[in-house]
Amino acid sequence: MTFATSVELLKFHWVAYSIYALIIISVVAWFAYNLTRPNKAKSIVRIPFYGYIGFLVAGGVGHHIFTYNSIPWVSEDIMRHELKPDRTFDIEIADHKFKLPGQMKVNVGERVYFNAKSHDLVYGFGLFRQDGSMVSQMQVNPGTRNDLMWTFNECGEFDVMSTEYSGPGGNDMKVKKALVVTGCDDQKKGA
Amino acid sequence: MSFAKHLISGTNFDAGSLTALQKITLRAVVMSFLFYGLASIEGTLMRVALVNPNIPPIEGSASHYFSIMTVHPIVGIFGSTYQLVFAAFMFLIPFLTKKPLYSVGLANFVWINITVGTALAWIAAFIWHYAPLYTLYWPLPADVGQFSTIGGVVFIVGVALIMIGTLAFIYNIYATIFARVGVHANKTTKELLISGFGIDGMLNLINKLRGKPPYTKEPALSLPVVAIFRGTVDTFLDALVILGAGILVLAYLLADLSGATWNVHAIDALLYKNFFWWGLDLVADGLVLIYVAGTWYLLATIITGQKLFMENVARAALLLELVVSWMVWSHHLLGDQGQPEMMKLISGEMVTAFELLTQGLALFITLVTLWKARPLKMTFELKYLLGGLVGFGLAVPAAIIQADMGMNRVLHNTQWIIGAHVHIALLVGLYMTLYSAVYVLWPMLTNETRLYSTKLSNAHFWLHLIGGIGMGAFMGMAGLDGMLRRHFYMNGEYHTFMVFAAICAVMLVTAWLLFLLNIVLSVGIKGLIGIFLPAEDETATFGIDPQPSVVAAARK
Repeated sequence: MTFATSVELLKFHWVAYSIYALIIISVVAWFAYNLTRPNKAKSIVRIPFYGYIGFLVAGGVGHHIFTYNSIPWVSEDIMRHELKPDRTFDIEIADHKFKLPGQMKVNVGERVYFNAKSHDLVYGFGLFRQDGSMVSQMQVNPGTRNDLMWTFNECGEFDVMSTEYSGPGGNDMKVKKALVVTGCDDQKKGA
Repeated sequence: MSFAKHLISGTNFDAGSLTALQKITLRAVVMSFLFYGLASIEGTLMRVALVNPNIPPIEGSASHYFSIMTVHPIVGIFGSTYQLVFAAFMFLIPFLTKKPLYSVGLANFVWINITVGTALAWIAAFIWHYAPLYTLYWPLPADVGQFSTIGGVVFIVGVALIMIGTLAFIYNIYATIFARVGVHANKTTKELLISGFGIDGMLNLINKLRGKPPYTKEPALSLPVVAIFRGTVDTFLDALVILGAGILVLAYLLADLSGATWNVHAIDALLYKNFFWWGLDLVADGLVLIYVAGTWYLLATIITGQKLFMENVARAALLLELVVSWMVWSHHLLGDQGQPEMMKLISGEMVTAFELLTQGLALFITLVTLWKARPLKMTFELKYLLGGLVGFGLAVPAAIIQADMGMNRVLHNTQWIIGAHVHIALLVGLYMTLYSAVYVLWPMLTNETRLYSTKLSNAHFWLHLIGGIGMGAFMGMAGLDGMLRRHFYMNGEYHTFMVFAAICAVMLVTAWLLFLLNIVLSVGIKGLIGIFLPAEDETATFGIDPQPSVVAAARK
């Protein structure tokens, strides 16, 4: 299983977590009901203690192994200094304003390197689809490296928005359609 | 009896019969629930403002909105939660160890300091709109171009007072635990320390595996006391870090007032973030989880009247949490690209995942202890305890999911984190657990005062549970659709989710109002005033037979 975009990943996450939430609420409700009954309840499943511990450890560690293998931007992020980008965009931020290199144009499938620099406060650099859903983001700290490598597997026009609070003045930090990805056929087209 | 008579005199509450220990506990509890109400109203205002930004008093002002967002966690976490937890523990430690509280005067100092400190922080935001948020990301709190310097000074002094009160609480707790009187008259400090850190439980387990007799059959400290001891270590470290950050901000603000211009970039923003999150995370991943586990164990044993299941494992797990809580802060910095990858991987992902194990163990041990004692009566304390277990059952896995480099890239700073994780953990997990403790301690603290209405208690339970889970869920869904947590949306974005989240927030406020009404009608306004009058009985212990006025007299 591989998730090409954040939409696919978050849809899967929505379904998986909702199922988990319903299960945990139901289990405690069943437990509460049977706690008060005079008759002994029959366990639906019998989970040995070490089995439960094993499940927790497998869940905690396995989750990261699963995401490493199914979310392409994890390995790309870790290895970003070894990989050669197709395009690089330098972004500067100061006084609650983005200074972008014009409208950023990208072909689908290209590996893009965003290099952001803050001159004053802590900001965020986030890419959003036209429906408001998030493509990707990073924090932008003053005085340190803030670089994000991203391969666009979808087409569309994307807004840039600050994803970190930098005072009330930062609430309007949004550049509409700052980035355009082209080159998809209709089936692959994003927002 | 008429409603008016209940309002004045309560049911059968007599403030004059309370000891000093009961009074100082109840004073902090009263302030805690007043601050909870304030935080609840603030939260609801922000939720409604995301549906209609022009609602008064926000009226479409980002500056006002973020001022509320800044003080909301200060009021909720320090003004309310800290006070409630500190009050409960300053009562429970003498009760569980059967020793007097080290100092009633210091306990008064704690609630007064935290109350005044919280009020100052709130005033700074209300009057001067000082709004760097609780994260205080450097150099924002020292940004005198955006914020009033005087407002900043008042805010930082308020937070410093809260932390000084916290340090006084810690001193009082440790001085009580290490006092070699009563049942601990013959214990050494080393024995108390080994027990406090949970090392005896670990040694018992190791000896069992090696086929040797246990290290100790009767640990020096009971398990809930061990949890309080352990959690308080993190409370101490956290207070030092927040005080340290406060001193830094204050120095810059005072420099500005004196006319000097200090270069804010002399402080490395990322290094500061690491330092601050290391300390702040000890609240969420240290003391909250450990205090909560200890409270679950205590409640389970009191509710069932039986010994805790797998007590040695529970003691050892508290020791494991010690290591885990100090090493997990990097999960807050997974979106910071200057943070070394190894720190993200080890601290942010792998060690953080251990919290699933430690909290999962606490959940398991509590559930089995209850299960072995069935059939049980569905009392309010049991009902709220189960609600608390559901809250953490939902919120902890939500945290583990987002503490991942892949997920964090698309979830960081969204409403998912603050809704599905933080608010469900605090409102459902923590507060339901604390309400359970309130119902357990109520007869002890009020000398068997009758509650005015069980119907009001039931209405409070369901409104709080459904409102808490519902609000977290709708915020979480908006977060998955890209909604940010620290942004004032004013154009109807994510409207449907925000309408439902606001309805749930109103349910939470209503729940608080019903709870407050029930308590006021049980205690009466006269009783409430009486709680704040000096105690005639100076007893600083509870539950020791013969009654502990002897101890108080001996101390004189």
